[in-house]
Amino acid sequence: MLEIKNLHAELEDDGKQILKGVDLTLESGKVHAIMGPNGSGKSTLSYVLSGRAGYKVTEGSAELDGADILDLEAEERAAAGLFLAFQYPVEIPGVGNMTFLRTAVNSQRKARGEDELSAADFLKVVRAKAKTLKINADMLKRPVNVGFSGGEKKRNEILQMAMLEPKMCILDETDSGLDVDAMKLVAEGVNALRDAGRSFLVITHYQRLLDHIKPDVVHIMADGRIIKTGGPELALEVENNGYADLLAEYA
Amino acid sequence: MAVAEPKNAQLAVQVPVTGGWSLKAREDAKARLATTSLPGRRDEYWKYTRPDALTQATAPEGDFVAYEETPLFTGVDRLKIVFVDGVFDAERSDDLSLEGVTIERLSDVADKDIHWAQGLYGVLETRGQTPVSRPLAIVNTAAASDGILVNVTGKVSKPVSFVYDYKSDSSDAMLHHCVKLSEGAEITILENGPAAARFNTVMEIEVADRASFHHIRTQGRQHIRHAATHMFARIGTESQFRSFTMTVNGTLTRNEAVIEVAGDDALAHIAGVAAGDGSNAQGFHHDDTVFITHDAVNCESRQVFKKVLRNGATGVFQGKILVKPDAQKTDGYQISQGLLLDDDSQFLAKPELEIYADDVICSHGSTCGAIDEEALFYLRSRGVPKGEAQDLLVLAFLAEAIDEVADESIRDLLTERLEAWLARRRA
Repeated sequence: MLEIKNLHAELEDDGKQILKGVDLTLESGKVHAIMGPNGSGKSTLSYVLSGRAGYKVTEGSAELDGADILDLEAEERAAAGLFLAFQYPVEIPGVGNMTFLRTAVNSQRKARGEDELSAADFLKVVRAKAKTLKINADMLKRPVNVGFSGGEKKRNEILQMAMLEPKMCILDETDSGLDVDAMKLVAEGVNALRDAGRSFLVITHYQRLLDHIKPDVVHIMADGRIIKTGGPELALEVENNGYADLLAEYA
Repeated sequence: MAVAEPKNAQLAVQVPVTGGWSLKAREDAKARLATTSLPGRRDEYWKYTRPDALTQATAPEGDFVAYEETPLFTGVDRLKIVFVDGVFDAERSDDLSLEGVTIERLSDVADKDIHWAQGLYGVLETRGQTPVSRPLAIVNTAAASDGILVNVTGKVSKPVSFVYDYKSDSSDAMLHHCVKLSEGAEITILENGPAAARFNTVMEIEVADRASFHHIRTQGRQHIRHAATHMFARIGTESQFRSFTMTVNGTLTRNEAVIEVAGDDALAHIAGVAAGDGSNAQGFHHDDTVFITHDAVNCESRQVFKKVLRNGATGVFQGKILVKPDAQKTDGYQISQGLLLDDDSQFLAKPELEIYADDVICSHGSTCGAIDEEALFYLRSRGVPKGEAQDLLVLAFLAEAIDEVADESIRDLLTERLEAWLARRRA
């Protein structure tokens, strides 16, 4: 599904190197987690993969289903099936949440040569999916993320994911700013989307989220590289001992 | 030693040959004009906008383009009054009779000895000359050949719609309208169209106690045109005044509004949206100049102006709230914002508050910025192509001003036109 090879990237502004050779292979239907200390490059990896401006790839490749994505515009990556759930979802005053969702869904359908969804069909689907995520009609009507609580914003991210049905989902610290109940709700939303044709890359600081979204593989990232890969037990090790031992081993 | 600037020949004021009440108002205007001068480049009030094209003897030539587009208010149930290049078109206009209102043409009644309009024509315009003079409006009072006089006595069931078509590239139109609302009366006035290669228009509006005036205006899609418009309004106790203007394109537009809030518990809202593309020789320069005077207790005023500018377009906002000493409990709000889609465009704002009462709430803000890159990436990461994502953000930026239009169906019409304007520039 996703194949990252020797990926190097730096900040466009000052040339500071952040990713220093990331290698990662994610098979179809699998959930991989990336853990790592602050500043290890986890979020940068998610931005570089999703096509955010401000980063320059200097070496290496990233392919989605065998096709290079690094030369694509952000919207083309989205239409190809890549989705990033933001750590800090952006507020957009003046754009209704429903309008936003519908524009996004139909833009992707159009890009893939599919018919656009009618307003009625769209409404039916979105209502059903919103209900399971406890997103009420008012949240759908309001401007995107404006006045949403932290939990509401993250649920709104998962609703977008559910509507867009991407095959490759990257969750960037989706647990940050969530209380236990909200985290459960978000995790249930993610789990409901788990499917043989869909992969997840879950970026997190804490083992706690991985209790709810059970990963197949756990990677530890430090200083712009994946330094260790293992099973779910690796996350527990981090939870109990911190990163110090792993970093020492790597050094 | 000062060197005199060479001057273009200036506008000569031709007072139409009439008798009756209007002649007196016109002669008076001509006399006032003799003691002032046309706006020049050194006038403080014209600091951001060059008045030359508006004051030179003949209109700068236009370049009429026939767009295959249904005129804006076509689908609205209304009483339609059509002017072509500033000349009344009887054939395309509706019959002027409508319940609750008397509608007459200025040129039809200008010769009468007595007419209700003599208490309004040039009267509010004259009051609006202090503290800042507005000479182009004086010229209009003296020289306007025609206009519509609207005397509203009841709640009028449908809007009265002024349609301004433009055909001749040398047209130089001047219209002067008066709208008088009696106590408790209600009317909506619609205006649309570019009117002429050069257009000078004045509307004087007297809103009596508990009356309600709604006004929605669009200024057409023609690129090469010049316009100076003035609204002078005085509003009474518990009355409402709401005016909204949308401007896309146009070489030069100067929209002035002078509103006197004279009765207690009254409300005055004025808003505008301008979308300008400065590419091509004609460019785009749009100026909103607003002066609201609070002279009564417990009144509310709002000014909401938004401009989206690209390719060297210029937007100007000069907005003032004057709160007189006895105008306690005034609630005044003023916002002007420019959204620049590139580095070549500019937004110049001069917000002013002058407050002499001590128990008031007045807030004002002015911003100038670019598209929010974070929001743009968020939309694109969901699959919305860059152009469409940018347009969504532009419309979101303009929404606060468009929301000032109470009628939802008209809001939709305006939004559609803005979407189309944006889409044409994306192609």
